[in-house]
Amino acid sequence: MSPRTTRAADQSRGDGSSDSGRPRAAARSRSTGSPGAPDAPGGAGPTAAPRAIHAPRAGRRRGEGPWGWLFVSPMVLVLGLFLLLPILMALWVSLLHWDGQSNPFSGQAKFAGLDNYRALLTEDGLDRTLFATSLRNNAYYVLLTVPLQTGLALVLALIVNQRLLRARGALRTAFFFPSVTSSIAVSTVFLFLFQGSGAVNSLLSWIGVKGPNWFADPRGVLSLLLGALGIVDPDRPSGALADHSFLGLSWFQWLSGPSVAMCTIIVLAVWTTSGTFMLIFLAALQDIPRELEESAALEGVNRYQMLRHITLPALRPVLFLVLTLGLISTWQVFDQVYVMGQGAPGNTTLTPAFLSYSAAFDDADFGQGAAIAFIMLALILCLTALQRWAFRDRDARPGRNR
Amino acid sequence: MTSTTRAVRGQHQPVLGRYPLPLRITGYVLVAGLGLLYILPFFLQLVTGFKTDPDAASHPLSLVPVTPTTAAYQRLLGLSEAGDGVPFLRWLGNSAVVAFLVTAGRVLFDSMAGYALARLRFPGRGLLFACVLALMAVPGVALLIPKFLVLNTFGLFDTYTGMILPLMVDAAGVFIMKQFFESVPREVEEAARVDGAGVFRTFWSVVLPMARPALLTLTILSFQSSWNEFTHFLVATQSAQYETLTTGLARFVSGGLGGGTQYPLKLAAALLSTLPVAALFFCFQRYFVQGANAGAVKE
Repeated sequence: MSPRTTRAADQSRGDGSSDSGRPRAAARSRSTGSPGAPDAPGGAGPTAAPRAIHAPRAGRRRGEGPWGWLFVSPMVLVLGLFLLLPILMALWVSLLHWDGQSNPFSGQAKFAGLDNYRALLTEDGLDRTLFATSLRNNAYYVLLTVPLQTGLALVLALIVNQRLLRARGALRTAFFFPSVTSSIAVSTVFLFLFQGSGAVNSLLSWIGVKGPNWFADPRGVLSLLLGALGIVDPDRPSGALADHSFLGLSWFQWLSGPSVAMCTIIVLAVWTTSGTFMLIFLAALQDIPRELEESAALEGVNRYQMLRHITLPALRPVLFLVLTLGLISTWQVFDQVYVMGQGAPGNTTLTPAFLSYSAAFDDADFGQGAAIAFIMLALILCLTALQRWAFRDRDARPGRNR
Repeated sequence: MTSTTRAVRGQHQPVLGRYPLPLRITGYVLVAGLGLLYILPFFLQLVTGFKTDPDAASHPLSLVPVTPTTAAYQRLLGLSEAGDGVPFLRWLGNSAVVAFLVTAGRVLFDSMAGYALARLRFPGRGLLFACVLALMAVPGVALLIPKFLVLNTFGLFDTYTGMILPLMVDAAGVFIMKQFFESVPREVEEAARVDGAGVFRTFWSVVLPMARPALLTLTILSFQSSWNEFTHFLVATQSAQYETLTTGLARFVSGGLGGGTQYPLKLAAALLSTLPVAALFFCFQRYFVQGANAGAVKE
């Protein structure tokens, strides 16, 4: 027993202490585990150690079928009952006008067909205006958060990867720590920091800037910028911007940018998520073959050339992974909105996820809420499909991941 | 880059040479500033917890309380007049019970399912794993109303069962365990089989003990995610008696209760609710790191 245990322990330690290769390994297995290509039941997994040749053992392995199903039964029950079934139920409810009171499956609730979806997408009215507003807010949130968190995470990883930097470990810990704490707790801290007379504004006043009243400021930063440049009057927009509209919002409203209040949520998101993504970049950085860097150094490249021609190209797959993970998670922002704004001020922190929640639980319009949830589900599944498809494509090229 | 011509260089030496001194100093200053940006909010949180309300409001940035007080902590821990509407100990108890049971469930069920998917031969295995992968892609936020519906239909809304049971298995954990079991050499199991051990015995007393590092990762990740879980509890409960640290704190700070400032109290509550995960993090950081990488899957 003991030699085997040691061997397994060694293997897993090797897995753990060198972070290298994890994301790629994860990505690879995710795409290889497709319905068409389950690994052969008798075959070893992709990472299995080479093993001695064995006699066929079909005889001994008979009767594993019931055991297999027994082992997966808790998973099948829980995931089936609380993940798959709910999705089907919600799909049904999104076709109803249901107020959360009666049993939605008894026929008491009024069947509405696609009314809920129509109200959100095509019919003029408050529902569509709110939904369009939430989409706009979330789009700006995604547009700013994803590049910022990816860029910052890359910079942090490059810093922590400097071999001569003192206190690298402490820095890595500091950068990563916000990611593991509860989103509610850090949102509370940010509420405190960004109050009207809070720490951030005190800091700003040191350099002579009068900070805004962050959480109460519904003005869009783009419209503020345009106003400051004298291009558009934010209070009385005119011309094409005011005359045209899409989904019930005028062009001016679409283009006004995230509100000041939304910007605080963006800052919070960038601050909390950059640590996780930093680790993914870091693992990839440590994966770059040292010989490659050394031979480049012998060629006499400088730092910029090294970064531009060696490091960044090697990071490209991981960069794509981080970008898509960011896209997927930023479209789901909810906790921070719940704590920091609940849609206020002026619906500028409203996101589809929160709108779906409040339509159902505050306004007792579960059909509407479920319809919003399904539009979000479709959007996010498209993004995930894009990600998985891209990684599958990469794996198809032979020898790419060695 | 004269230093690149240095002949012998250890594994831990950089490929390119050091920066020139002035640049190095600037670099350290910038990096220290960046580090401060990540630490300062937590430090301010810690300090503000020991301030009085007026002090916190008028000197939000000062790192020393004018009149240090533990009033906030006394109220939270129930040592002074009952923390009007902040039943912190109740929240703490709920969070602890839920996190403990969810973690135990996940460790057991995820590893069982992961083992079966990696090693046992049964009809429908490939399809089942494809389903798990598909379910992993379902965003949690689109499940808010669906989860409420199913709990409501089964009569589990506003119960501990409804809070705990749906979290007892997570697809990402199954995936991590499957990955691990695939990396375990097969000979070990073969030997156990030859010795006459059945499937369950092989799993329980041979394979599982070898999976200790993976189990530790799974335990830590499960504890962290169930301790920090918010949305599920938000839609699974409505009574105050089921509030956890996350739902209770969220209701408290989002204006339902205090409305006003009370920042020392809020920040102290947030700090205490962060402590268990923080302690785990500082002891077992490398498992969190592993989780962040393996769990690029997790999101």
